[in-house]
Amino acid sequence: MKDRLNTIKSNAETELNSAADLKALESLRVKYLGKKGELTAVMKGMGGLSKEERPVIGRLANTVRGFIESALEEKKKALTEKAKELRLMAETIDVALPGRMPEMGAKHPLNTVLDDLQDIFIGMGFSIVEGPEVELDYYNFEALNLPPDHPARDTQDTFYINDNVLLRTQTSPVQVRVMEKQKPPIRIISPGRVYRSDTVDATHSPVFHQVEGLVIDKGITMADLKGTLEVFAKKLYGDDTRLRFRPHHFPFTEPSAEVDISCFNCKGEGCSICKGEGWIEILGCGMVHPKVLRNCGIDPEVYSGFAFGMGLERVTMFRYGIKDLRLFYENDLQFLKQFKI
Amino acid sequence: MNLPLSWLKDYMNTDGISEQEYADRLTMSGSIVEGIKNLGAEFKNVVVGRITKIEKHPDADKLVVCQVDVGDEEIQIVTGAPNVFEGAVVPVAKHKSTLPGGVKITKGKLRGVVSYGMMCSTDELGISKERATGILILPDDTPIGEDITHTLGLDESVAEFEITSNRPDCMSIIGLARETAATFARDFKIPEIKPTGNNEDVNDYAAVEIADSKLCSRFTARAVKNVKIGPSPKWMQNRLTAAGLRAINNVVDITNYIMLEYGQPMHAYDLDHVEGRKIIVRNAGDGEMLETLDDKPRELKSEMIAISDEKRAIGVAGVMGGANSEVTDDTTTVLFESACFNPVLVRRGAKALGMRTDASALFEKGLDSENCLPAINRACELLQDMGGGEVIGGVIDVYPVKKQNTVLPFEPEKINRFLGTDIPESDMIEYLGRLEFEVKDGSVIVPTFRGDIESMADIAEEVARLYGYDNLPVTMMQGRVVVGGKTFKQKAVDSIRNTLTACGLYEAMTYSFIDPKEFRQTRVPMNNVVKISNPLGEENSVMRTSMLSSIIKTLKVNYNRRASSAKIFEIGMTYNPIGETLPDERQVVAIGMYGKVDFFDLKGIVQNLLSRLGISGAAFETEKENPSYHPGRCAGITAGGKTIGRMGQIHPAVADSFKIDTEIYAAELDLNTMLELATFDRTYKPLPKFPASSRDIALVVEKDISVGEIEKIINSVSSDILEKVKLFDVYEGEQVGENKKSVAYSLTYRAADRTLTDDEVSGMTDKILAALKDGVNAELR
Repeated sequence: MKDRLNTIKSNAETELNSAADLKALESLRVKYLGKKGELTAVMKGMGGLSKEERPVIGRLANTVRGFIESALEEKKKALTEKAKELRLMAETIDVALPGRMPEMGAKHPLNTVLDDLQDIFIGMGFSIVEGPEVELDYYNFEALNLPPDHPARDTQDTFYINDNVLLRTQTSPVQVRVMEKQKPPIRIISPGRVYRSDTVDATHSPVFHQVEGLVIDKGITMADLKGTLEVFAKKLYGDDTRLRFRPHHFPFTEPSAEVDISCFNCKGEGCSICKGEGWIEILGCGMVHPKVLRNCGIDPEVYSGFAFGMGLERVTMFRYGIKDLRLFYENDLQFLKQFKI
Repeated sequence: MNLPLSWLKDYMNTDGISEQEYADRLTMSGSIVEGIKNLGAEFKNVVVGRITKIEKHPDADKLVVCQVDVGDEEIQIVTGAPNVFEGAVVPVAKHKSTLPGGVKITKGKLRGVVSYGMMCSTDELGISKERATGILILPDDTPIGEDITHTLGLDESVAEFEITSNRPDCMSIIGLARETAATFARDFKIPEIKPTGNNEDVNDYAAVEIADSKLCSRFTARAVKNVKIGPSPKWMQNRLTAAGLRAINNVVDITNYIMLEYGQPMHAYDLDHVEGRKIIVRNAGDGEMLETLDDKPRELKSEMIAISDEKRAIGVAGVMGGANSEVTDDTTTVLFESACFNPVLVRRGAKALGMRTDASALFEKGLDSENCLPAINRACELLQDMGGGEVIGGVIDVYPVKKQNTVLPFEPEKINRFLGTDIPESDMIEYLGRLEFEVKDGSVIVPTFRGDIESMADIAEEVARLYGYDNLPVTMMQGRVVVGGKTFKQKAVDSIRNTLTACGLYEAMTYSFIDPKEFRQTRVPMNNVVKISNPLGEENSVMRTSMLSSIIKTLKVNYNRRASSAKIFEIGMTYNPIGETLPDERQVVAIGMYGKVDFFDLKGIVQNLLSRLGISGAAFETEKENPSYHPGRCAGITAGGKTIGRMGQIHPAVADSFKIDTEIYAAELDLNTMLELATFDRTYKPLPKFPASSRDIALVVEKDISVGEIEKIINSVSSDILEKVKLFDVYEGEQVGENKKSVAYSLTYRAADRTLTDDEVSGMTDKILAALKDGVNAELR
């Protein structure tokens, strides 16, 4: 009987090991532990054993039963786990299939770049000021040291509403309006729409945008102008950007300068973007002309300041490699969708 | 302004300065060099030749076959030019030669006869823009075989300058030489002008009168008799050609030469054709007629300055002379004029006549009256030197008020403070000295040719540009702390952009001016608009008062390009005259869409936007009267008693007028009104601790009862436990009866301090149902 129990144990062990699935396992349980199972049969036959043998065989039978039960349990766990794995394997999907993207829109690229510019200047303590687009000749020209018949008026072909009212050709009138109202210190940028009667082509538009800046305080120097614009250019175009200030003339600043940045594409080597020059002209600037300060009721003996201005379209075109300005105002979705930033 | 670089040598030593260095340094000191061109560099293998024999072409009436001696050989050239003759000296582009513009010449056959090159006209040589009628015939003594660039003076580098309007003194060779010398710290000297003039007195020859000193600050004149009109010397012709002017005859060439050299426009009169030999500078009469040098009749206006003799106008001052006193081949007595006219009047006159000449472009910037005399003396010297006539002694010089030098305080410390520099005083004096500013007794004496210098800032610029802008230090602003940031409005606009893009909309930007016919198309009234007096075209002539046409046009662009759907927005300005000088500029948030969208897609976006801006309780009410919108699908939007705007389907007839054959939806929301209502304040409400209960009710009402009315009634039933009212079904059909509809709501109740009992919830629902029965005769279904 003892041998029979040991045989049952070893047979059960072998068969359990090779059980392939839960179903096979169940039939093994029935085979050994079921009402008509082999172990059950041995247990039933124990009545015929001697008094001495009975406890020994009984113990052994219980051990075997315990062994089979726990082996069954273990195997069941293993097989369940495996079945789960198989099920998951069967659920495999092609992850390369396209995702369902909720449709998101995008800001106009000009506003995306404008936001960047504004953030840079806000970080330096500037506020953003807006003003009217339909403007008085006085604010657009006269207060800015461009009296009637000034030859420089010719370079800004102007749309007039009547003799005194025009579509502003620059955002500088906003600066005049601020200086009239606010005492220094002044630190503002004035972004906005401006108008010039240019015929439309790849680089001209009768409507475009400028971002101008103005700083007025005691002791503001031309070196401060250079410092401020250098911070700006490095933030916008990268830390290795170099600046070049060239003397120039604007009626409302003195001294005046045009500013080139080292080409962000070729780093100054010369390429198609900078037309081989290594430099790209991005803005005009200068120290606010004493006449302009006086026109706005600010004493040039006490205060000084600087101003600068740039074309938003130009900055944006360089930023994204856009070659035709007309695209900004055409609003083809195929264009607008490229600037989800 | 074109500067032939070799011309600089008249005034300074230019040894060792390369062209690249020249361009770079002049640009950095303020005279912008746009490029340096070598005119001759475009030529290859083009020489001087002499036609030795001309024969008829065997097969063509209009062609001839020429044998041309080009020095080292004789070549055969076929030409159709009418002006060739045996013995003519001509420019010859030989086989394998290059002409300006990259034109390559090789041998070829013309009607069967081989031609080994081409004889050239002025336009083919690039020295005239007009199309020439024949071959350029060169002087007989031109060396045969000589390189044509040498003959024409084209083997010369020419710097092209962009001169800013404040520096008319740099519109001259002398001015640019002065800047060059200052930039390179070299000596600069204008050669002395030899005195000219015989024993006669010019006052016996002519007289000058300035009728009004406002017109002309100085008028100088000199006379030359026994004038022999002929070509000017080759060196002068070459310089004129290199600077971009055409040689005409000795007298005219001299006036042009002086204009280049001194920046002083000059004029030469045939004195025998000046009636009474008297010149009067006066206002032109309105309607006075004058034929100008270009042989065109001109009608003058009183705002122009006329140069006249005793009988008639003989020129428009500072713009162009008259044909009636023009120097011709028969002229024997010449009167030179070198004067300084009122810049504003010259500018207006040139503009009114539509003839901006080289002279007027100079005068309108304001010239130095001190420059008149040296210029006219130099002209006489040149004419005398070339044996062109006998200069009469004396000068007529009408100079009512002598020009004084501007004198400014010399403030080196202030300049350093202004620039942020530490430049020694002695350096400043040296820089200024190079520019002919004299520093004396604490003052700066500004040369008369620098009319642009008026204050310390101007002096600072002169110092800074010679010190070098690139050498100025780079510092950060000192002083009081200034706090920057965005205003409430700017933050709200950011929020609007973020919300609308999150809703899947793309931002557009359009022109602010539109075509007047778009008002008709969109049915927006056009009785009160801002009109541009000088528009580029009718299509861009009126400032918009509504965003509708802009937004529809943007949709149309995409519709025409076959985009199946489009959702866009624009925050654009509208311009509304309000009876004051400037119009009211109002920003409008406009939304437009088409494709798989309907009214409620758009409404959901608008509601999202209002909710983001913290605008609660907005009402959408049917607007049947707006002609731009579908009469049954338009809603006016109000909140807090204010009109925010409207939205709906664009009237199909309006869509049709833009040739859009699909339903389009649009919203127009006034930004300022939204800002008045908007708030970014939010207050935290504790999260609910007790569960909610809900009841669904289905009501049957008359079909034309709006759910807005129903919701108004539900919300009017005072209840602190009704948390949410949600419409979940609207049904019309047989089961509810004709002209009826069924509307189903889910009502959610919750109390903050307890779990609600069934009785409470049912009681409140009954109250609501009773109110609905009362208000709109709603039956529970």
